[in-house]
Amino acid sequence: MKRKTKQTLKAYLFMAPALFMLIIFVFAPIVGSLPLMFYDYSVLGETKFIGFGNFTRLFQDTEFLIALRNSVLFVVVVPVIQILSIMLALLVNRKLHGMTLFRTLFYIPVVTSMVAVSIMWGFLFDSNGVINTLLIQMGAISSPIGFLNDPRMAMLCIMFITIWQGLGYYMMLYLAGLQSVPAELSEAAYVDGANSIQTLFRIKMPMLKPYIWFCSLNSVISAIGVFDVVYVLTKGGPADATNVINYYSYVKAFQDFEFGYAAAIGAVQAVMTTLLSIIIFIYGKRGGGMTYGD
Amino acid sequence: METENRRNVKSIRRNRKVISNTLIYIILILIAIVCAGPFLWMLSTSFKNGQNIYDVHLFTTKPTLENYTGVFQFLNIPKYILNTIILTFFSILVDVIFSALCAYALACMDFPGKKLIMGALLASMIIPAAAGMIINYLVIVKVHLLNTYAGAILPGAVKVFSIILLRQSYLTIPKELIEAARIDGAGEGRIWWKIMMPGIMPSVSTIIIFDFISKWNEFLWPIIVLQDPEKYPLATALQYLNGSFNYKFGYIAAGTIISIVPVILVFVLCQKNYIEAISGAVKG
Repeated sequence: MKRKTKQTLKAYLFMAPALFMLIIFVFAPIVGSLPLMFYDYSVLGETKFIGFGNFTRLFQDTEFLIALRNSVLFVVVVPVIQILSIMLALLVNRKLHGMTLFRTLFYIPVVTSMVAVSIMWGFLFDSNGVINTLLIQMGAISSPIGFLNDPRMAMLCIMFITIWQGLGYYMMLYLAGLQSVPAELSEAAYVDGANSIQTLFRIKMPMLKPYIWFCSLNSVISAIGVFDVVYVLTKGGPADATNVINYYSYVKAFQDFEFGYAAAIGAVQAVMTTLLSIIIFIYGKRGGGMTYGD
Repeated sequence: METENRRNVKSIRRNRKVISNTLIYIILILIAIVCAGPFLWMLSTSFKNGQNIYDVHLFTTKPTLENYTGVFQFLNIPKYILNTIILTFFSILVDVIFSALCAYALACMDFPGKKLIMGALLASMIIPAAAGMIINYLVIVKVHLLNTYAGAILPGAVKVFSIILLRQSYLTIPKELIEAARIDGAGEGRIWWKIMMPGIMPSVSTIIIFDFISKWNEFLWPIIVLQDPEKYPLATALQYLNGSFNYKFGYIAAGTIISIVPVILVFVLCQKNYIEAISGAVKG
């Protein structure tokens, strides 16, 4: 056998186990979900091809439309979380005693499971919970707020928990970005008489650009895919106020076993994610920020 | 006169510094309360008895282990911990070995189709699967792995991210090392295991920490695949406890604490490595 063929064979042997797993569990779902969404899939009975039937059904399904609206609304957390975490990164980017401890504390919500986090906040937000008790004691309110029972409040709570849990993660990324700003640059600006706000917007923010794009991209993908907190805490309620597309597609798939319809919902989610990612990607490229590839 | 002025300016500056630092510390402490406070409250609640469960006070005069003994009787916690360890351990094992093998070929060998495979890997990180979980479920049903640990472990085990990270890591090892070993007649398997693997250990440990945290916390896929609650990992069991026995508040608090302590410990012990890896990922 020629040396080259041998080398090729060996290379594919090395890759075989991983590629096998990825083809079955990552690539097959990407490709396989395409036909699935055009079928009325039945676990027990007959699976029928129904063309665009699932999609026409989608836009008459009020529950889906509510979930879609909620998911779009939920993207509001992206700018909020990015702005807050940049501010937090600026705050912890100092050499003060105990700063490592603070960074660790801010990061702990990130590594904790969403189940634990949701249970915790569920108790804190309860009508008899700590937050209500404290607010009543301070005299801020007279009767407890039904944080998770009031439709509008419930959505805000879900957003709050998402922001609370994600903040530390993005803070760390932005901190890495800030620390890659050469110290001489800020010093030079300071010598030239720039004040701290000017240094922030003229020097630090431009250097943070690649990080902002990367974080926003990540953040958008997880915002449209928000699921865990809804599943554990509200199950989409009250009155569908926190029903989001990822949760709805889960319900359709694994409670109602309507796999074809769930795949169609998933497709809408995938299109939304891809569109927003492309927008961010194009803006990032234009801003000269993206640093993908080798 | 002039020296006195200068001294004044200096002391004003110093005062300003003290004030601004105090302010920064106050803000930091407030944020720390928001971030870590809920955990502390949960921890203190887990040591309180039934009556003062919604108590606002952080400290209790009569700490009790009742909730811990209670939740151990109520749920088979050691079994759930064992399940979690099995799922986590084998997920990590599969990910590290398969990714390390695959990344070696991508980093150190020449073969047709390399560009295509790299492109497909990168694309899969961006393109969302519309019905990933559904197809995974159907596959698991087809191969008769429903309600088995293998069914819970395999679909998410190998991560494209791990392959890319390890490939990057192999690339930093000098090519001459491999060339020399090849001239000496060492086989690829030997080169990989003896020379390359030791060189990428820092990245391997990063992957282990990443996978540990994500697998320890995973709860949804196990619910879908494992029909037998006896096989649930801890996070899933906790969700189950929370859903069915809402009134056992102290137990839930104790269970939550038991489930998050390992992750927080691992994170605190390995945070340097972990944070460097997270920050490095952006530069990718």
